[in-house]
Amino acid sequence: MTRRLLFGNEAFCEGAIAAGVRFYAGYPITPATEIAETMSRRMPEVGGVYVQMEDELGAACAVMGASATGVKSVCASSGPGMALIQNEIGQAIAAECPMVIINVQRAGPGIGNATRSGQMEFMQARYGTNGEAPMVAIAPATVDEAFWLTVKAVNFSEMLRTPVIVLGEGLLGLQRAVVDLPDYDTVSKVDRPRPTVAPEDWRGNYTANELDDIPPMADFGSPYKGLVSTVGLFPRGGGDSTVQGLDQNDQDFTVRRLHQKILARREEITLFEQHHTDDADVVYVAFGTQALSALRAMGEARAQGIRAGVLRLITVWPFPEDVVQAACANARAVIVPEMNLGQCQLMVRHALAGTGIRVSGINHVDSNFITPAEILAKTKEELQ
Amino acid sequence: MTTTTQRPPAPQSQRRKQIATPMDEMVAKFADVPQGKSFRYCPGCGLGMAQSAIMRAFDRLQLDPAKIATAGGSGCYSPMAHYFKSSHIHGSHGRACAYATGMKLANPELTVLTLQGDGDCLSIGGNHFIHAARRNIDITVICFNNFGFGDTGGQFGPTTPKGSVTETSNAGMPEAAFDACKLAIGAGATFVARSTVAHPAHLTKMVSDAITHTGFSFVEVLQHCHVFWGKRNGMPLPMDMLNFFKKNAVRSTDTPEEDWFDIPTYAVDDKNVKFVLGVLHKEERNEFGSDYAALRTRAMASAQGRPADGH
Repeated sequence: MTRRLLFGNEAFCEGAIAAGVRFYAGYPITPATEIAETMSRRMPEVGGVYVQMEDELGAACAVMGASATGVKSVCASSGPGMALIQNEIGQAIAAECPMVIINVQRAGPGIGNATRSGQMEFMQARYGTNGEAPMVAIAPATVDEAFWLTVKAVNFSEMLRTPVIVLGEGLLGLQRAVVDLPDYDTVSKVDRPRPTVAPEDWRGNYTANELDDIPPMADFGSPYKGLVSTVGLFPRGGGDSTVQGLDQNDQDFTVRRLHQKILARREEITLFEQHHTDDADVVYVAFGTQALSALRAMGEARAQGIRAGVLRLITVWPFPEDVVQAACANARAVIVPEMNLGQCQLMVRHALAGTGIRVSGINHVDSNFITPAEILAKTKEELQ
Repeated sequence: MTTTTQRPPAPQSQRRKQIATPMDEMVAKFADVPQGKSFRYCPGCGLGMAQSAIMRAFDRLQLDPAKIATAGGSGCYSPMAHYFKSSHIHGSHGRACAYATGMKLANPELTVLTLQGDGDCLSIGGNHFIHAARRNIDITVICFNNFGFGDTGGQFGPTTPKGSVTETSNAGMPEAAFDACKLAIGAGATFVARSTVAHPAHLTKMVSDAITHTGFSFVEVLQHCHVFWGKRNGMPLPMDMLNFFKKNAVRSTDTPEEDWFDIPTYAVDDKNVKFVLGVLHKEERNEFGSDYAALRTRAMASAQGRPADGH
């Protein structure tokens, strides 16, 4: 174990390296640039590759190319760069190609405010790409988590054969904190399923028969033909739709399976933390950095005799509706503090629809941290 | 204007050498031909001939199909790699050079090719193409130029000859075209060649030379689309276009170098067009992957003895 003072952006990198990532393709963009800078130094040191591509989309493509050869690969971006990468995220979901994308969120639409933080891509993480594609996204709250959740993201991505987004924030990426880094050899690593049959019996990368199947994937350069196809609509049992043609049943099967393979492993990938939700009159549902404020507010509320609890969502997509329902079951009010105009709140409302529980939000879009005092004031208002 | 000299036919002994492997064996080794399904090219399309030439080039170089990896995107050509035994990324439109960059850097053992159309390579993927050329990464880009977007039904693209009629230029293409080879040279490609599907032996040679070259190689393959471009520009049959290529092709070896780029390569006017075929540019320059590997060796050496977290 080593104790180090790290930027959040450096912690993302170290987490990726600890998880076995050996390829990074980047393009500088505030506030994610330090990830590219750190990786340009660290990747060659650990025997990996750093390549600076011509744009974010090119970076995501290079990452997919590297991943196809069996190397764990990561890229990172922010704001408009993430908008570009959406294209490739969809391609990787369809092709079932593992990769991790770190989004260090800035604020505002368009170019927005590059040097300020936000949580405005909560919905984009899930719905940003075309064609009913599922997404797994994890939101760290601290620099320590930036390390550990990047490890998790890489592992989930490999296990599920799907891209995973680490939903960071500028506030987190550019924040420094002391982190106890483990010996990287001791960090548990997950590898994608690989072929177990003889090469002559290999039927390709898409041999799923059941809706929750995650078929094995061959590395390019191995004796197995490794087709990675973003056409993404495959006949049940394997084969190649580009060659064989495709019927609507295949399309139905593929689109449903891309979701089901994730949902079937939901318990394994749903990370969350709850504090005093059992007897809480008011539950704060929060994610990312704003959850820290909610935790502080809970402490202050309890000191004043208000029974407050916190549900901190870590895996934000697939949205853990059942977790929200269980944590808020006894609450009179639910408050969702977030640095957008209510994106997570919308999902919480959806989860609690018909329960009669009041759901409200505290929403900042000026990049100022939501303070515990604000949450406390809102709590008193809601419990009146 | 230069004159074309007729080449004498090769002696019988040399001709035999061309046939390295019997066709059946070659197909069994490199091709993954669909059982009971037809190829997804239009009848008479030139892509089948291009595919055959690429397979012959693999065979000539005695490549192991398991060590070949290709990348492509959307276009008429996109089923092609599915018919090979080698690994392939069928990715988003235009990004093949970026996929190939990742593939080659992550596994330098691979022989990496991109199979792309003119729209894919030069329009939507133009940026990835020029930057891969600039890096001089050891990949081979094969661009099937059919003078427009065929897969979407015959719209004009960046290489459509000026004045030609397409679905989006009914009054004649108003824009100027790229010369793909000139662009590749300008961007830093270290091997640039042009051939056509009407010259299969030449095409095979160009592809195999491109693969052999260490660094970024570019082969422009003029390939007829009689179905869309040909039909609307006075060449409705496959043979019309093959003859068009044959009649107007000159070998670079038979043409003074200063004329290579002076003759319009793409023109709808049969009288004012010449296709200069052959290796149009070749130079030795440091290859990106090797340079990066050297950098990495130094970085790993200096990091040795430090804890895994690099502190």
